[in-house]
Amino acid sequence: MANGDIKRISREPIKYEAPAKRTLLGFSRKQLCIPYGVFLACFVVLPLLLIVFYSFTDSTGHISINNFVKFFSSATTLTTVIISILLALATTVICLLLAYPVAYILARSNLNKGGTLLLLFIMPMWINFVLRAMAMKDLLTMIGVFEINPYLSVIIGMVYDYLPFMIMPLYTVLVKMDKSLIEASQDLGASPVRTFFKVTLPLSMPGIASGITMVFMPTMTCYVISDTFGNGLITIIGKLIDEQFTTFQNWNLGSAMALVLLVIMLISMWVTGGFKSEDTRGTNL
Amino acid sequence: MANKGKVKVNKGVNPQPQGKKIIELIGVKRQFDDGVVAVDNLNLYFNRGEFVTFLGPSGCGKTTTLRMIAGFDKPTEGKILLNGQDISNLPPNKRPVNTVFQRYALFPHLNVYDNIAFGLKLKKLKAVYENDKGERIERIEKLSKKEIAEKVAKVLKMVDLEGFEKRSVSTLSGGQQQRVAIARALVNEPEILLLDEPLGALDLKMRKDMQLELKEMHKKLGITFIYVTHDQEEALTMSDTIVVMNDGVIQQIGTPTDIYNEPKNAFVANFIGDSNIFSGTMVGDKKVKFIGKTFDCVDDFAKNEKVDVVVRPEDVTLLDEDQGQVNGTIVSSIFKGVHYEMVMMVGKSEVVIQSTTERKVGEKVSVSIKPSDIHIMAKEFSSNRYDGYITKKNTVCFGDGEFECDVTMLYENSFLDEEGYLITQEGEKIDLTDVDVNVEVGLKNIEITDNQEDGGAVGNIVSIIYKGDHYQLIVRTDENEEDFVLDTEDTWNENDRVGVIIKPQDIRLTLKQEVKR
Repeated sequence: MANGDIKRISREPIKYEAPAKRTLLGFSRKQLCIPYGVFLACFVVLPLLLIVFYSFTDSTGHISINNFVKFFSSATTLTTVIISILLALATTVICLLLAYPVAYILARSNLNKGGTLLLLFIMPMWINFVLRAMAMKDLLTMIGVFEINPYLSVIIGMVYDYLPFMIMPLYTVLVKMDKSLIEASQDLGASPVRTFFKVTLPLSMPGIASGITMVFMPTMTCYVISDTFGNGLITIIGKLIDEQFTTFQNWNLGSAMALVLLVIMLISMWVTGGFKSEDTRGTNL
Repeated sequence: MANKGKVKVNKGVNPQPQGKKIIELIGVKRQFDDGVVAVDNLNLYFNRGEFVTFLGPSGCGKTTTLRMIAGFDKPTEGKILLNGQDISNLPPNKRPVNTVFQRYALFPHLNVYDNIAFGLKLKKLKAVYENDKGERIERIEKLSKKEIAEKVAKVLKMVDLEGFEKRSVSTLSGGQQQRVAIARALVNEPEILLLDEPLGALDLKMRKDMQLELKEMHKKLGITFIYVTHDQEEALTMSDTIVVMNDGVIQQIGTPTDIYNEPKNAFVANFIGDSNIFSGTMVGDKKVKFIGKTFDCVDDFAKNEKVDVVVRPEDVTLLDEDQGQVNGTIVSSIFKGVHYEMVMMVGKSEVVIQSTTERKVGEKVSVSIKPSDIHIMAKEFSSNRYDGYITKKNTVCFGDGEFECDVTMLYENSFLDEEGYLITQEGEKIDLTDVDVNVEVGLKNIEITDNQEDGGAVGNIVSIIYKGDHYQLIVRTDENEEDFVLDTEDTWNENDRVGVIIKPQDIRLTLKQEVKR
């Protein structure tokens, strides 16, 4: 044997011992949850409580429901709320009508091998939001749509911005759908159209619900788009809240508005079944 | 009745022509987009009311065949006839067949009742009425709610799931889901029921019960069942007719008894039941030589033809030494419940024996096989295979001869150095002397010559078979009776003494085991 060579004396399987308790850097699993718990308390629970507190007090700190009275008695605010809801509804419906066929084709056809085509549809999401809105606005101006009607251009802008959020959950639910169910339906005598309405559509409900939640709620508040595309003529509820906090420095009324918005959202979520997170989990982005 | 004065004459599908053949596949081929041929040149028909099973390993094309009958796949060539009519291009929803899917494919958003009623609600019927004047009126009708409810109740009773109507399918056990799937298909009264490995997901006990129940249902309903499975026992238990498939091609069609007792080729014999398959040679009129002995048999093949011999382990009679036809030594014995399964070595061949009496390992025994239990099948010869070894000069010895060969094909990107050692891709030096190799030579790659000394091996032509456009010759060597089978267009005579020539690149070498480096 040459110098430096080594000789094996024995070789045997490594024996492992069960650890007493699984830890990371000496912390137990429960202890590792503490930072998140603290974060949750500081930045979610506490602000929520503050909003509730502000909305039920006046500027001197006394308890009152004046903010809500003001909110619901002002024609301007109520109109804004209704306009916001209508705009969001229109955007959601258009997004759904546009996204479903796209998601269906992407999920079923061979065109989307390797997900390239899907990527093209999703990619706009990764480009800066404001930049995207500005570019779209310029484009609309160029082709002359912008001058027709501010509502039209706001809806176009919102649909453009939120379409990927509708495509994604629909695509996920459609791609995961068991193909044999479609075959079973046809086997039992259903034509392709009937199969779509009796099997595919009902089974994609979780995706639809999740898509609606992800488009309807943000469009109610996202005033960047309404400002950019509405030429300053359209105010949505998000803008109103912003003004109360910044321009008028009326935190109490602003908080009350935010609380009302929160309730509207909870209702809309309940309507679309978003609470049944078991079904929709994984279809959300 | 809503149509007063009209008498319902006939409601239901037109009675089908009661011919014997229900479905016929003619020259059916299915090639996928990626070029893979799943099913090739399928020609078969089934009679009304038969229980047919497609049996074969996974990927043999049995499910594709079923899918083509159901309409989910379309044949790239050929046609499918149902009651004599071409249905190749009919969409699945217009075919009077229903499928029980492998993983049930129950609709998760519907309860048991709605799952079963799915097809009934869509069913369109042509009803003929007759009014007072004797005129006939045709109408397209659907089943009434009451009719549907009755049918569902009936079929649920048949599959033993009464009272499950309102249950969600996700709350059912695997066996119950299976029953719902069967009920959902049967309730439509299809002409053919297709079953795609329907019992694959059930445990053994449940599977056995369901097998019998399905068989019972088949008897009661009289519908044609086409069943797909890879489980040979399932196929033997349930079927009237078994179609054994492999690589997209039908290997054999027959009754379970036929297929078990008279397998057409080595694949079928191996796939159905346990069997000993030996390489044999016909040595005379109804005489076959295998495991070094000549046996009488009942099959007639040409003398000197290479054949596969199949003997079922239970057909081998175990006797004391020298009492039977062949002596051997027991090398293993396993208790299998009802019998012992033993392996006896005869020379280099293993014989599997099933017997209720145990013989100890190492015991010298003898066996005998009845002529009727020896099944002989023509051997599909595609290439010559030999055991060989590499010599010092990097030639290979096999078939009683020595041939020049290309040893670098044993290792990718290797080459020979000037001393004749093999250098691998990694630069390792390997001495191949006396290394055992598998040798494979194609039938077309062997040439023979009158100049015996030019050949690597020398032998006599023992057989010449004319194969339409060429002759298939067997050249047998003297020493170990090694055979070279070759195709040639030239004419030779039997008993000619010839030399065998094979080009180095046509000798395919593979290592028997890794060479120590």
